[in-house]
Amino acid sequence: MTTAPLDKPLSLGKTRLGHTTIFWIGFCVVIAVLAAAPLILSEFWRRFLTEVLIWGLLAMSSDLLIGYTGMISFGHSAFFGLGMYGAGAALLLVKPPNLWLAILFGLTGAAGAALFVAYFSTRLRDIYFAITTLIFSQIFYVVIFTWTSLTGGENGLIFTRPHLSIPFIYDARFTSTTMHWFVLAVVTASYLILRRVTQSPFGMVLQSIRENEPRTRAIGYPVARYKMMSVMLSGLFAGLAGVLYAVQNEFAAPNFVYFLTSGDTVIYNVIGGIGTLVGPIVGSGFFLLARELLARMFGEQFPYLIPLGMVFIVMIIFLPQGLLGFARRWLNR
Amino acid sequence: MDAVAQFFNAIPLDLIIIQTVNGIVTGMILALIASGLTLIFGIMDVVNFAHGELFMLGAYVGVVVVAATGSFWLALVGSALILAIIGAAMQILTLRPLIGRDPLNTILATFGISLVLQNYALWQFGPVSRKIPDPMSSSFTLFYLQYPWYRIFIAALSAAIIGGFYLFLKHGKFGIWIRATAQDRVMAQAMGIPVPLVHTGVFAIGSAMAAASGVLFAPTTGVDHTMGLDWVLKAFIVVVVGGMGNLGGSIAAAIFVSLLESYATIWLDPSQAVIVSFVVLILTLLFRPTGLFVPTPK
Repeated sequence: MTTAPLDKPLSLGKTRLGHTTIFWIGFCVVIAVLAAAPLILSEFWRRFLTEVLIWGLLAMSSDLLIGYTGMISFGHSAFFGLGMYGAGAALLLVKPPNLWLAILFGLTGAAGAALFVAYFSTRLRDIYFAITTLIFSQIFYVVIFTWTSLTGGENGLIFTRPHLSIPFIYDARFTSTTMHWFVLAVVTASYLILRRVTQSPFGMVLQSIRENEPRTRAIGYPVARYKMMSVMLSGLFAGLAGVLYAVQNEFAAPNFVYFLTSGDTVIYNVIGGIGTLVGPIVGSGFFLLARELLARMFGEQFPYLIPLGMVFIVMIIFLPQGLLGFARRWLNR
Repeated sequence: MDAVAQFFNAIPLDLIIIQTVNGIVTGMILALIASGLTLIFGIMDVVNFAHGELFMLGAYVGVVVVAATGSFWLALVGSALILAIIGAAMQILTLRPLIGRDPLNTILATFGISLVLQNYALWQFGPVSRKIPDPMSSSFTLFYLQYPWYRIFIAALSAAIIGGFYLFLKHGKFGIWIRATAQDRVMAQAMGIPVPLVHTGVFAIGSAMAAASGVLFAPTTGVDHTMGLDWVLKAFIVVVVGGMGNLGGSIAAAIFVSLLESYATIWLDPSQAVIVSFVVLILTLLFRPTGLFVPTPK
């Protein structure tokens, strides 16, 4: 779905157009295709595409850590979940429900979680970072799961979707098409921001931490502070994905704070290609599509994670760069 | 004076003793799992994410063998052997090609394995929890409880396995190879030690220990496909708190954390008692990131 248009600018690469021109032409083509898609697709696939974009945003946020800072986070479900519950709090407490307030609350929740996780886990490196982020996400899971009076416990929270409103200009109910466009706009903006961040001097320092942390420290960069910033930025965008998911599905559930969500995030990254930002979106599209097709072919009960898990292992061994790995340099230029 | 006496009277001494016994029993099982994890980590720099799944599969193999033969001891030995073979196959197929790559790749690969194994167990055995009947039915009286001897036996057998393993590392030929490889992989290879074989062997031993603890644990509560993640998380906490790659440290930490958790269940719901071990982890990271039970690094 999303791969086809991305190939286009690469084949143009042999002509005399400059890199920047081709990149932005390709970018516009992809956005145009994604924006036009809900007009053609059926209701089911429209929702499916929207979900791919939301999961893609979550995976893209963790790519900032995995691909650019060289730290694997197994705890992104915490940020995602706090975004969800934050949005839920705003939608339940404030009448009438307001979309922008939901985003604000969700981002605040995710930022709080990210600050907590970042403060402790960035003291550790590599594998220990991965383990501690996992354990921290389980802390949030246990708290949310057992604090029934506040979070609804196992049942989660159910709320109604706010209106899509731009103050003084526009105010209407979300349809699945406008929902898709809204998500697309948020994801696109996030991509542009994250791309800008990774190309900024700040992003360069992050990449030098990935390549050689002791040397980066020796040059005089406050590595710990950069890592914390990176985790927090990543957590903010993960929280944004959580808000979008909550608004689309009108509920928040502790399942999404559980470790499996973080695991999926890592899988999307590895399949799509780390360090590319768009790769994770492609990865989530590939994974969710494969899951859907397997369920349609072999029935809902089919343990789709067995074949997909094997694909994942094989990709780590033979294709660690992921589906978009061949275009990594090009996309980051 | 009265207040002090009241305070001491309010402490439920019998409960504390019962929970101490409980904590030591779970602590020994946890120590058995964590020492396999630490061993694999210390030798190969591989954090085995699938360790909990090996524990879970070991318990399931035990369930199957007990159902077929009715013998618990056969299940214990058989499950350890089968899981050792599975572990060795896992190492050869997925981890051997990753040697020399970024260690982060191995955590991803073992994470993939854990997904496959967990979903296999769900698919094969279904979501309903299974149980192994208690191999010993006798019990003794501990205050108002009939405490099963089996639980004491678990702790003793786990301690025996760990002790035997320690002697094997200290004096066995293969154990010496393992320690040499842990110390300096390249030098060990130069001395003629078959390092790839040591890696595979260590993985097999670690898997067998996880499987044995799975079978030992199975009669106390049920066996289901999600139990792996809970235990591997606890084992991770223990390994971090005990000091990475430090065998004695992780055993001490396993007992320490389990004791704290079982004391916490006196006042808290068991699902909330987990938070205590999280707090221990956070405090360790804050004040002693190298681990609680290791000498202070110079």
